[in-house]
Amino acid sequence: MRMRRVAVVGAGMTKFVRRALETADELSWQASKMALDSCGLTLADVDAVAFGTAPDTFDGVHMNGEYCAPGCGAYGKPFIRCYVGGGTGVMAVIHGWYHVASGLFDTCLVVCEEKMSSCQPHPQGAFLTIFDHTLERPLGPNLLWIFAMEMNAYMTRYGLNKRDIALVTVKNRANAKDHPCALLGEEITVEDVLNSEVMAWPVQRLDVSPISDGAVAIVLAAEHVAHRVTDKPVWIEGVGWSLETAYWTNRDLSYPLQVEQAARMAYQMAGITEPRKQIHIVEPYDPFDYKELHHLEGLLLADKGKAPEMTALGVTRRDGDLPVCPSGGLLGVGNPIAAAGLMKVAEIFWQLRGEAGRRQVPGNPKRGLAQAWGDLMQVGTVVILGVA
Amino acid sequence: MSLTERLQAFHQAVAWQGEIPLQNRYTMGLAGERFFREIRDHARLMGTRCPRCNWTYLPPRLYCERCFAELTEWVEVPPSGTVYAYTVVHVDLDEQPLTEPEVLALVQLEGCDGGLIHRVLAAPDQVYIGMPVEVVFREEREGSILDIAGFRPA
Amino acid sequence: MSERISSYPGTPLKERDFAEGKVLFQWWIPRAHYAWDAGVAIGRFLRELRAGRLVARRCPQCRRVLVPPRMVCEHCFCPTSEWVVLPGTGTVKTFSVCYVTWDMQPLDEPIVPAVIELDGAAPGGGIMHLLGEVRPEEVHIGLRVEAVFRPVEERTAAITDIRYFRPIGEVKR
Repeated sequence: MRMRRVAVVGAGMTKFVRRALETADELSWQASKMALDSCGLTLADVDAVAFGTAPDTFDGVHMNGEYCAPGCGAYGKPFIRCYVGGGTGVMAVIHGWYHVASGLFDTCLVVCEEKMSSCQPHPQGAFLTIFDHTLERPLGPNLLWIFAMEMNAYMTRYGLNKRDIALVTVKNRANAKDHPCALLGEEITVEDVLNSEVMAWPVQRLDVSPISDGAVAIVLAAEHVAHRVTDKPVWIEGVGWSLETAYWTNRDLSYPLQVEQAARMAYQMAGITEPRKQIHIVEPYDPFDYKELHHLEGLLLADKGKAPEMTALGVTRRDGDLPVCPSGGLLGVGNPIAAAGLMKVAEIFWQLRGEAGRRQVPGNPKRGLAQAWGDLMQVGTVVILGVA
Repeated sequence: MSLTERLQAFHQAVAWQGEIPLQNRYTMGLAGERFFREIRDHARLMGTRCPRCNWTYLPPRLYCERCFAELTEWVEVPPSGTVYAYTVVHVDLDEQPLTEPEVLALVQLEGCDGGLIHRVLAAPDQVYIGMPVEVVFREEREGSILDIAGFRPA
Repeated sequence: MSERISSYPGTPLKERDFAEGKVLFQWWIPRAHYAWDAGVAIGRFLRELRAGRLVARRCPQCRRVLVPPRMVCEHCFCPTSEWVVLPGTGTVKTFSVCYVTWDMQPLDEPIVPAVIELDGAAPGGGIMHLLGEVRPEEVHIGLRVEAVFRPVEERTAAITDIRYFRPIGEVKR
């Protein structure tokens, strides 16, 4: 089956803030307009739109995709909206990719938006539906339980301690200081993390990324358009996605199998046989600090149980052998559910073009990977980007 | 594939009841803030105009969905318009009969594209498509669509 | 970031902007009330809970005993074939100690949710429930536990017919 080459040619994003004045469609427009302006394209140049946003219950709007559609340039155009939990930010790119790769469209605007602040008293109220209504919700659960239990299983299996895991928050918050849209760019220490409030042991307050509002957009183009629009197209070399069983209590929580499955699919498509050598920058999904480590292992970039050691050795710093979350990740930039994953893809785009400013990873990176992952730990989505 | 079991007796079917505990607090947005403040403070309707598409949005928008331009031209909308379409509602959300039927209409205001959904302050049998109406603002306003009491026959 | 971009949109608000009327807003409280059909498998599971039993389903192809029970095995994609009664004991596969409510208010007493791998079910197969009659610091992965059912007259065919799982025998670290 012949698929056309697809490049990312432009990107834009809003600041990630705790509560935005803008409505969801205004946030979408701000990011979309910036993405189009960044590569000199107009609305008329957009053939299709792939949009991602988390459940309608956050925004309290029925069919949030359709509601935001005018703001992402979809007026009168073919439009698709996807939602796969936190995996959405990368899944939307995959949708956009096959719109163009199939030959059906020459360009596709990919937009992800989230306005969680509408959900009161706490967006967790919308997340409670993750738990089975009959077998789990009557127990009065809390979204943190799932993460805490996964973190516990991971830590116990490999004998990890919180000190090693806390290094991820420290690294990502520090990285985020150089991101102009970040919510929580700051210098903190491992002690700050370990002394923060225990919410659902082993999860403490500073292990968790902040919920936020925000939007991100990228422009995808077929090869002939990409070469006209920019002299630095960033090619989508591989995509992968996979799903685990919905019966989360039946899974091995110490390892994200669905991330490995998605990664393998993407590596095969990109012709990558030695990911640890061939991937130069990684943006794994980091809603919690331990998740960056968990996902690095699922992406086959670290041996099982060994990602914390890699972090402690400085391998994952921006100037290390395998920079991880040079953007600052969700932990530092913010976590508007769908937009967060797309922020990671945009970061790889800017990094590979040498446009990441103070966040730039040295050494002329040529290939990067962005990964996202969904709510009930079910979805794994991976995109690999590269430059010539 | 057929399943190997069925419930034979109706009373064996179990349903678990529950709620999803949510409240939504919506901001008005960059355009909405001005729209509702104009209603609250000056009892007037305003829209935004796209000069390129020659299109006036009511409610006003931050951007033109047709050409994506940022809209900075605010225009005052006259208080009069016509009924574009309407319905007479007889039941509430739980399908219980209302004491008085309500008339809801899409009202096109003069000079605007699109319109507002609101109540028509008239008996159902008086309303017709094309009927001229004018907006009625409440005395006490707080920056909400309900600051408009409805549209009365003009 | 692209050097061409000099400023980023997005207007942050503070919680007090709402309280002080600096920004207009609108509340809406949906009535989201549901009656979810339990279905064939969970319907029976709940009725069995009321009778004081935990049950599972077996897949004829992979032979896994599945809990929560389901009428279709998602690995083999074929109907499951028989009901299996489980002994009601198990092992803590993972757990947490939670100090806050879902809307982030502090709890008076921490609660201990756990995933319990149930004896008699396929390896790794289990359910989520709460642990009781145990102090948080005594809980560890691998702890052997048993289901504690409510008195018969308090059971309603609900997951809460099991009050919690408690350690079997003496707790040791």
